[in-house]
Amino acid sequence: MKTENAIVIIGGGPAGLAAAVQAYDSGARDILILEREPRLGGILNQCIHNGFGLTRFKESLTGPEYARRFERAVRERNIRAMTDTTVLSLTRDRQVTAVNAAEGAFTVRAGAVILAMGCRERSRGALNVPGTRPAGIYSAGTAQKYVNLKGYLPGKEVVILGSGDIGLIMARRMTLEGAKVRAVCEIMPYSSGLKRNIVQCLDDFGIPLYLNHTITKIEGEKRVTGVVVSEVDGNKRPIPGTEMHFDCDTVLFSVGLIPENELTKSAGIPLCAGTRGAAVYQNRETEAPGIFACGNVLQVHDLVDFVSEEAEIAGRAAAEFVSGGAGERDAADCVNGKNVSYVLPQKIDKNLRGDVKLFFRVTGTFRNCTVLAESGGKILAGRKRRIAVPGEMETLLLPAEKLKEIEGELVVRLEEESWK
Amino acid sequence: MFDVIVIGGGVIGGAILRELTKYKCEVCLLEKENDVCMGQSKANSGIVHAGFDAAEGTNKARFNVRGNALMPAYAAQLGVKYKNIGSLVVAFSDGDLGTLVRLKERGEKNGVPGLELVDRKRLRELEPNISEEAVGALFAPTGGIVCPYGLTIAEIGNAMDNGARLYCNFEVTTVRREKDSFVVGSADGREVRGRVAVNCAGLGAGKVSALFGDDGLRIGGRRGEYLLLDRADGDFVSHTLFFTPTRKGKGVLVSPTADGNLLLGPTAEEVEDGGTQTTQEGIASVIAKAAEMCRGIPFRDVITSFAGVRAYSQTHDFIIGESERTEGLFQCAGIESPGLTSAPAIAEYLVGTLLRKKLKLEKNPLFDGTRKPDHFFKDLSVAEQNALIREDPAYGKIVCRCEQITEGEIVRAIRRNPPARDADAVKRRTRAGMGRCQGGFCQSHVAELLSRELGIPFDEVTKSGAGSELLKGVSK
Repeated sequence: MKTENAIVIIGGGPAGLAAAVQAYDSGARDILILEREPRLGGILNQCIHNGFGLTRFKESLTGPEYARRFERAVRERNIRAMTDTTVLSLTRDRQVTAVNAAEGAFTVRAGAVILAMGCRERSRGALNVPGTRPAGIYSAGTAQKYVNLKGYLPGKEVVILGSGDIGLIMARRMTLEGAKVRAVCEIMPYSSGLKRNIVQCLDDFGIPLYLNHTITKIEGEKRVTGVVVSEVDGNKRPIPGTEMHFDCDTVLFSVGLIPENELTKSAGIPLCAGTRGAAVYQNRETEAPGIFACGNVLQVHDLVDFVSEEAEIAGRAAAEFVSGGAGERDAADCVNGKNVSYVLPQKIDKNLRGDVKLFFRVTGTFRNCTVLAESGGKILAGRKRRIAVPGEMETLLLPAEKLKEIEGELVVRLEEESWK
Repeated sequence: MFDVIVIGGGVIGGAILRELTKYKCEVCLLEKENDVCMGQSKANSGIVHAGFDAAEGTNKARFNVRGNALMPAYAAQLGVKYKNIGSLVVAFSDGDLGTLVRLKERGEKNGVPGLELVDRKRLRELEPNISEEAVGALFAPTGGIVCPYGLTIAEIGNAMDNGARLYCNFEVTTVRREKDSFVVGSADGREVRGRVAVNCAGLGAGKVSALFGDDGLRIGGRRGEYLLLDRADGDFVSHTLFFTPTRKGKGVLVSPTADGNLLLGPTAEEVEDGGTQTTQEGIASVIAKAAEMCRGIPFRDVITSFAGVRAYSQTHDFIIGESERTEGLFQCAGIESPGLTSAPAIAEYLVGTLLRKKLKLEKNPLFDGTRKPDHFFKDLSVAEQNALIREDPAYGKIVCRCEQITEGEIVRAIRRNPPARDADAVKRRTRAGMGRCQGGFCQSHVAELLSRELGIPFDEVTKSGAGSELLKGVSK
């Protein structure tokens, strides 16, 4: 097989597909998508609920429908995609080693690489939830795969820890499949899920949401038989005396997503502690020249629509890179300030063209506040927000003409009082 | 009719079973769970101890030092990961330094080679992440690490390849004597007959012994909780780090594992039952103790916590030998730490000396003690990987992405000895599901392979035997 490709895209989920289409439309022709699953589409294939595409297509699609639109676009452009193919390693000089049953293990030298591996779910183990380790403990996404792709029910009486979107969606899904969801527990004082999901997945089915609560014990030897749930204090420590017992045969964990950056790390690309993804310039290029990243491997997005948008930035930039468009950099750091937990991009190249959309998350719930980007004592962008919550990504548009005004670093922060 | 019935499929039972297959005799292993290695052999520190902890003249000292010497070749022959990384017993006070001097003397009496006291400066060179408070250490170059479940499974698999029989889900509930043999029965009515029996039943050794008519064995349990960190952190320390022992035992250690994770633990809590639950207090105490040992442990990389229960005897030493009350019953009981290290030495003595004499055993010229590893694809060269994939395309399909385990390795683990029959059994053999996603991505694929290979419906696949089915029927 061919051992050189202009652009190699690792991951054929929503990020990889949108990046491929945009790279093609920006002039690249020699593009290869490597996807580990048997079909393209990534996690969207198991997300059979609707609500995808409202921002991008102004219509409500299911996950598979959203994926098929991009898959079709890839096919129409004759972009090559290898499925059932797992990337084993990546080097900083863009050698991608992958394996599949037909070709064996092979190495491709890439002109540019786009990282689009997505994320994984945090597991029970990562939370140190005490108790036994019987059958019946699943991450919400694993349960979703069993129900939606395999046609099996992982359990009948369910307690869910974590009110992330997948957990909320699975509360509804399991209920519709005939299971009884006894409780959704959230250790934080707020849900990290979308408001619409709390209403449509919990409230509409009468499923109780316990904020400031966590599971403090899992019981059962062979199969889960119950859990103990406790209220937590301001430091997230269980409060003795608040224990509630729920009988259940299943515990689902929806406690956050972790970008899957093992390949990124193996290539020696620095990560950002806040996003757990690569640190990137606004064109989504990492510190390693010609290696780009987009989608949930870079930062965990709220909606797939935003994944597609970000992937297009990376796809376009990768096409420019392979056509020799890389120029001198004039870089500035972009950092999180007060009440902001991270900002992406982490670096701004003042020589790049175009507006820069800053993505960031806030550290708590704030009302009537202002988010702003400041450099050298000058506010370069800002806007008022009626409400800002950690569960919904914030954005700020930094107009192209402001880039040259950055002196030193650019700080993004949130002011609790409205800014004039 | 078996010559020897071995009861208990842990690392000791496995070592004895395999040692027996070096001789011409019929042997079997009775295991009460759905798979072997389901007790303390699967949930311990995986340390190959140097041998300075136990007092001179004890069984622990004797078998530890001999086992330490045997382990490198033993593990290599069985295709199990062993690393001779050395260990450090770290002192935090002048009192501790005094204890280290005594430990060194004791170790030397026990025959431990190369022990060396290292000062503060040298300790920091050896372990840059060590706590500021540490003042010195005892360095044991013969300390090492081995995968404990890998070793147990390999021993038993190799014994089976050499003719041993394995009966799983065989919990011994009845024993009767008939002429010169024992008839050992399980709860479900199965019976096996043997000339002698070896009791390696771990926590259940007291109960098993009593069924054979010897009620003199008192076995207690001590639960230990652990935290396991991502493979990315396996080089956070480069030796096994122990606190200076106190009367309460060796305490929490910080160590890489043979598979490259970072392991913290264990706690030590007396328990009545064999329950292996973890607790809030236990996890908190592991974190607190580990943080005293090293600076900046990346606790956010914890991928799982677990607990094991270590069985100890009333003598607090290993009880090894023929029962004084029941002829033909051989005890291997109270095998707490350093039991893993001692396993090959205990087997060598119990089989090579005691049983050989008792049963007048002759060497088995057909014995082949070698076994290929259960997971290996990741470590092959590209050329070797491709040769394997050409032979069997299943090696070209990665099932467990975190540990890069192929479908070929999983299918092989289900088919080879001892056959994996549930998802945890596949995990212990191949590491599929043992990585940072903890099976979130690959479990359903593993379950499909189990269903296909065992010829059972998808929703009858279990996590660890009957009652632990992964699924509760089909969706609507």
